[in-house]
Amino acid sequence: MTRTPPALELRAVTAGYDRSAPVVRDTSLTVDEGEAVGLLGPSGCGKSTLAKVAALLHRPYGGTVHLGGVQARGWRHRAPRAQRTAVGVVFQQPRLAADPRLTLAALIAEPLRATGRKAEALARTGELAGSVGLGTDLLGRRPHEVSDGQLQRACLARALALRPRVLVCDEMTAMLDASTTAALVTVVEEYRTSTGAALLAVGHDRTLLERWCDRTEEMPCTAAGGPPLRSRAPDPVSVPGFGPEAPSDH
Amino acid sequence: MSIPAALRRRTPRGKPTAGRGLRLPLSSCAVAAVLLAVVLVPLLVPLDEQAVDLTDKLHAPSLAHPFGTDDVGRDVLLRCVYGLRVSLLVGVVAALTATVIGTAVGAAAGAVGGRTDRMVMRVVDVFSSVPHLLLGIFIVAMFRPGVWPVVISVGLTHWLSTARIVRAEVLSLRSRDFVDAAVSGGASRWRVGVRHLLPGVLPQAGLAAVLMVPHAIWHESALSFLGLGLPTHRASLGNMIQDARGTLLAGDWWPTLFPGLFLIVPTLAIASLAGVWRERISPRRRSELML
Repeated sequence: MTRTPPALELRAVTAGYDRSAPVVRDTSLTVDEGEAVGLLGPSGCGKSTLAKVAALLHRPYGGTVHLGGVQARGWRHRAPRAQRTAVGVVFQQPRLAADPRLTLAALIAEPLRATGRKAEALARTGELAGSVGLGTDLLGRRPHEVSDGQLQRACLARALALRPRVLVCDEMTAMLDASTTAALVTVVEEYRTSTGAALLAVGHDRTLLERWCDRTEEMPCTAAGGPPLRSRAPDPVSVPGFGPEAPSDH
Repeated sequence: MSIPAALRRRTPRGKPTAGRGLRLPLSSCAVAAVLLAVVLVPLLVPLDEQAVDLTDKLHAPSLAHPFGTDDVGRDVLLRCVYGLRVSLLVGVVAALTATVIGTAVGAAAGAVGGRTDRMVMRVVDVFSSVPHLLLGIFIVAMFRPGVWPVVISVGLTHWLSTARIVRAEVLSLRSRDFVDAAVSGGASRWRVGVRHLLPGVLPQAGLAAVLMVPHAIWHESALSFLGLGLPTHRASLGNMIQDARGTLLAGDWWPTLFPGLFLIVPTLAIASLAGVWRERISPRRRSELML
């Protein structure tokens, strides 16, 4: 039996923002077709960086990314458009991920317009908004006129507009309440069952990711070769409860 | 020692006002009056810039000549209005030129980044290290005196600060998630620049343009004052002040004072209006009058 190539494969990725101290070191990850993988780890261990590498938005110092068995040939604008758009991304903070000057309709239609499918953009915006449970009355509003949850729904619709084979959700629900979280997870799952897309869900909510995903991966934190947390001598002026004698939870 | 309460100007909410309540109405009235004057007066009263009347020279302000006459008998009020018109024209066109160049260079440097960005900004640093006026004199000296050499000279020497502002703004916008989202959605470099980055920097660029107008007017006057700007017979505020220097020493104050006021009041009004605008778009920073 020939095995279909994984939808997303990261091989020995080393990435970060300072070459001498990369956040992600030699990390490999495979997400098969139709599979949902959760990526867990404490804050600052490079989950989001790895997610950006997977979406070809951040150039790693080393390692390769393969989409559907084909190696990515560049990063950001240098990546071929077909490879870039094969990965849909939802970011943690909808306020930052939405251009404040666009209406929600323009926001959702943005990828369709950017890829030159203007007619399709007009036709499908309403349908996309409906699929994420966004009322058509909200489509004329701008990001500051809607709630975080509504905006995140629009951002999810934008990520789904080009029907990506892989969906990367970078702490998609971290800013949201339980019912919106449930609604968005349902939307993602409906999309995945209808298209067979793969999912890489990044987060620190273990309960959610373990119930949502087929398997979860633990991001090795600083212990596994990463830069050690900088130890600092206690300040001469001690703060009650934070001094050297205070019990540490680390 | 604390300031006596009577000397402190405070609003009912307790914030120091520094005359903020009157700033918007006063400056907008002044700008409106200036615009009306430079548009209407030339329509109603034509000025022969070459005409002199030596029988009527150096009259003190009177009903016939509210600002008096200069040393060759020309009406100071009329020449002030015409001079302001030229200054405004030069100021606005030069500020627009500088802003367009600055925005294009700054946005391109910020958007492309990397080595291009560093090289462009070093060139900007080099040009910034030469005084603007000196560079401006160099440029006007290459042409015959006239309005357009002055516009070119001021426009070509004043885009540097705008380029810096726009580049900084683009750099901060470029790292936002919504740009990542657009890239992931298949947007080209051009589309990201035009649709997401440029609209974000336009308020800053517009503000820089308005703040540039008074600065450009002062530069035009300075060049004319040095005899390098407009032809000497043209009514220009710089030319008028230059012509009147001799008469000031003889005690005739009006040919100097009025062009000076015509230079100061509109430029302060425009700068003050721009200050109000700046407070609106970046409310956290206190605006100071910048000329």
